Amino acid sequence: MDQFTLNLIVVGATFALYIGIAIWARAGSTSEFYAAGRGVHPVVNGMATGADWMSAASFISMAGIIAFGGYDTSAYLMGWTGGYVLLAMLLAPYLRKFGKFTVPEFIGDRFYSQTARTVAVACLIIASITYVIGQMTGVGVAFSRFLEVDNATGLYIGAAIVFCYAVLGGMKGITYTQVAQYVVLIIAYTIPAIFISLQLTGNPIPALGLFADATSSGEPLLTTLNGLLADLGFSSYTQQNDTTLNLFLFTVSLMIGTAGLPHVIVRFFTVPTVRDARSSAGWALVFIALLYLTAPAVGAMARLNLINTVYPNGTTEAPLAYDQRPEWVQKWEQTGLLTFTDKDGDGLIDYTSSKDTNEFDVNRDIITLANPEIAQLPGWVIALVAAGGLAAALSTAAGLLMAISSAVSHDLIKSQINPEISEKGELLSARVAMAVAIAVATYLGLNPPGFAAQTVALAFGLAAASIFPALMMGIFSKRINDKGAVAGMLSGLVVTIVYIFLHKGWFFIADTASFSDSDPLLLSIKSTSFGSIGALVNFIVAYFVSNATEDTPQEIKDLVESVRIPRGSNAAIDH
Amino acid sequence: MASQQDSSAYWSKNISIIKGCLIVWFVASFGMAILLRPLLSGIGVGGTDLGFWFAQQGSIIVFLILIFFYAWRMNKLDAEYGVDEE
Repeated sequence: MDQFTLNLIVVGATFALYIGIAIWARAGSTSEFYAAGRGVHPVVNGMATGADWMSAASFISMAGIIAFGGYDTSAYLMGWTGGYVLLAMLLAPYLRKFGKFTVPEFIGDRFYSQTARTVAVACLIIASITYVIGQMTGVGVAFSRFLEVDNATGLYIGAAIVFCYAVLGGMKGITYTQVAQYVVLIIAYTIPAIFISLQLTGNPIPALGLFADATSSGEPLLTTLNGLLADLGFSSYTQQNDTTLNLFLFTVSLMIGTAGLPHVIVRFFTVPTVRDARSSAGWALVFIALLYLTAPAVGAMARLNLINTVYPNGTTEAPLAYDQRPEWVQKWEQTGLLTFTDKDGDGLIDYTSSKDTNEFDVNRDIITLANPEIAQLPGWVIALVAAGGLAAALSTAAGLLMAISSAVSHDLIKSQINPEISEKGELLSARVAMAVAIAVATYLGLNPPGFAAQTVALAFGLAAASIFPALMMGIFSKRINDKGAVAGMLSGLVVTIVYIFLHKGWFFIADTASFSDSDPLLLSIKSTSFGSIGALVNFIVAYFVSNATEDTPQEIKDLVESVRIPRGSNAAIDH
Repeated sequence: MASQQDSSAYWSKNISIIKGCLIVWFVASFGMAILLRPLLSGIGVGGTDLGFWFAQQGSIIVFLILIFFYAWRMNKLDAEYGVDEE
């Protein structure tokens, strides 16, 4: 059987499974649509959160970023997992006790202000749309590489599948589909990693293999890798190249950004009790850690394999001749994501650290997808990786679309435009909002705005600088009032956006940028790391403005009091 | 429902548990993996140093333990103060 048929069968089988689950888990009420009827077991919810959180970025890009960035990229590993500690202790249990459906709803009620709620809706929509574009592009790429259809057709198929289970099933359908998608993606990620770890170190667990001895040299794997990199003039894999301040702030930004992303927070509204919300965050991290403990091993091993492929007789000998390159190099050359330019005309692939002599360019994003081919694994593993990449992208896209549609139908239509709307009407408007959001996301996936990549920093910055501090202060302080919260959110938001625009250009028009990234004038703080400073500004402004204005009303103090105590969470279900 | 006094005692107990957990959270990630890494560079782990191990694996394992510890500790606290869910 050829690779194409195999890909088709494996991907087709997973899609049939997702649609089957969608039909089984149809939502009948708004509670089922927004919060899966609050009947999801914490372990199941943890698994769904894992699939929701791990997007095309985690599955496809992260190992490649680590492979080429070494120690500095640990910020991603710590940031994208450490945020769950903050979620479990500072947000999830209390928001579950509050017992409503959306993040803007909590902000609006706690700060007794429609303005606060609207600001939260705006942040949520901008952050989520940005993310969706990335997922849709990922779906298109995965389809065109593995199923040999063009990008647009791939995107339409992906959108149709998401439409089926998200619009029909709402949160209920999404939750149970995400469980299936998690299983597909984690198997697809770990199987190639286990094979490669066995080949290089003899240890079947990649996370242990990373610190084990390489069978080829008898020395530790990382020592071997550092030695090869030094021969070729690259900087050491384990050494720190970024400034300590930037590394620190970047990690903080990723952590509080993770804890502030609405599509992750709403997952904790779906469990039955406050008790379950606490443990569910732990289960989510268990399922995320399975991938995140494997990723650094995949990164380092892929880098080693790459060098060994180009220098089959060792880095002190001549590199591989271009006409002897393996099949996977030829395949990826066709996509343009891997290129060879014979600068010195000797027909050999020179892979060095210098821009002038290096002839071999590998796009970081192909590392995970090409990994099984580099290690010469069987065809079904390659098909599985294709299905895994699609599962990662589709599950995150569905979670984001859910967050957008509930913000529109619940926080805008139900609360501001037409409060008299019936449950049936609200359900219909949520489904229409979802369908519109899918159409917009598909359109943007087909015509990605030039600034899509940069806006990811903006999305994280928004979540870190606006949503996380507002939620935390709403729970841990009774004194922060409506004016303080709105002033805090807006100032956190504005300084973060201005800082990003100063580096990336106003509205991402590149010529209007005033600073280069990592400018010594600004203490080398990159724009991606600034969310942490924005959050700090938010906290400080909210504190001073609240203390300068009137105290919060008694009923708000009572609300905060009740959110802090688990007992009575059942009462919140049928509100 | 517990009295006003009980519930504020419950809350301050919760805050001190959170503080303790977040200190561990900070030391395991920002401390061991970033700020203290130069000091710990003498301790070798599989071809590199302890700081690198914490940055790529140790911190994640500590995060996991912390969340489950907090969930377990809070469930106990809920029962002590009679604020657990029936």
